Amino acid sequence: MSVLTLTIEGRDVAGQTGGTILQVARENGIAIPTLCHLQGLSDVGACRLCVVEVEGQRKLLPACVTAIDEGMKVTVNSERLTAYRRRIVELLFTERNHVCSVCVADRNCELQDLAVELGLTHFDLPLLSPQASVDATHERFGIDHNRCVLCTRCVRVCDEIEGAHTWDVMGRGTEARLITDMGIPWGDSNTCTSCGKCVQVCPTGALFEKGRSVAEARRRRPYLPYLVAHEGRTR
Amino acid sequence: MSKPRLATIWLDGCSGCHMSLLDMDERLLEITDRVDLVYGALVDFKEFPKDVDVTLVEGAVSSEDDLRKIHEVRRNTRILVSLGDCAVTSNVPGMRNQIGPAAILERAYLENATINRQLPGPMVPRLLAMSRPVHAVVKVDVFVPGCPPSADLIHSVLDDLISGRVPVTAGVTCFG
Repeated sequence: MSVLTLTIEGRDVAGQTGGTILQVARENGIAIPTLCHLQGLSDVGACRLCVVEVEGQRKLLPACVTAIDEGMKVTVNSERLTAYRRRIVELLFTERNHVCSVCVADRNCELQDLAVELGLTHFDLPLLSPQASVDATHERFGIDHNRCVLCTRCVRVCDEIEGAHTWDVMGRGTEARLITDMGIPWGDSNTCTSCGKCVQVCPTGALFEKGRSVAEARRRRPYLPYLVAHEGRTR
Repeated sequence: MSKPRLATIWLDGCSGCHMSLLDMDERLLEITDRVDLVYGALVDFKEFPKDVDVTLVEGAVSSEDDLRKIHEVRRNTRILVSLGDCAVTSNVPGMRNQIGPAAILERAYLENATINRQLPGPMVPRLLAMSRPVHAVVKVDVFVPGCPPSADLIHSVLDDLISGRVPVTAGVTCFG
């Protein structure tokens, strides 16, 4: 495997062939905001928060799924990028019903943290206020579709780590919803092993343990050592 | 030079933002020395005055009464501050938006009522179809999210505004 050299934020850095911009940036202590990415799971480029500018490319590229190249010049922070990222977070907030003050994940939420990090103080876009349901049919867990950002971490951890593939996504656009099995209530699923990995990887309050109230949904990521082994942080 | 004229108003909220304002403790005395408090839940004036420099607005715009008040506030205020999540996002009051006022009233006052079942009469301001953030109705100059925003944050925002500075709330306070 050969080593490629590139510059990120004007710094000369190196990474292995096949590595992504996000990997190399983080190895070198350069922060790029992410939401759907979770170390240990495959990357899907779903949230677009990690978009970066690559010299010579007209389009912005998602750092989590863009392989590094020799001589690449990458900008990860600019006013333009921050504006796009802030707008992405605003779109996520306004597409569903995110009511932080009464959410199980209040103060333990990556979406809430991103709003602060990106300086989002209000929404210029109208709130869509969609009808979204809560499925509490599972004995120990629940899913509140009002809080889901469709990052698909739960889908990936269930498929790639647990091997159950209970979760998937149905529908398109604003109609897209997470489903268990072929769209049956979670409690009726015969593929779910009740391992709870989906709950631990959820960045918001969409997936929760029953019996937890507002602001109690602290994620226990060390419970998933195969995910956090390389990450060195609990969230 | 006369002191800046400060007002506060409480629309569809729980009063928690006003409580957080009171939580400034002894700093309240320092702030009230530097302003004329001309309207709000903390003083007894019946009509919203003219020529207000700063108005802190708590709560979402949910009823016909809220709507009338917020337009009156905007007409007479130089710097309008959306204080707290209800004013900024509609927050908890907005949770009824996907259900509708008729169904909500029926649920609260008929289905779930154990005594004196009746819908609110004409004495109570009618609910609007949607509970909306303040800036969906009138122009807002400063956004202070938080449920509630901390006393420290409210103090720093007021200190900035009274001193003629523009407060920066981005990156220092979160929703919720």
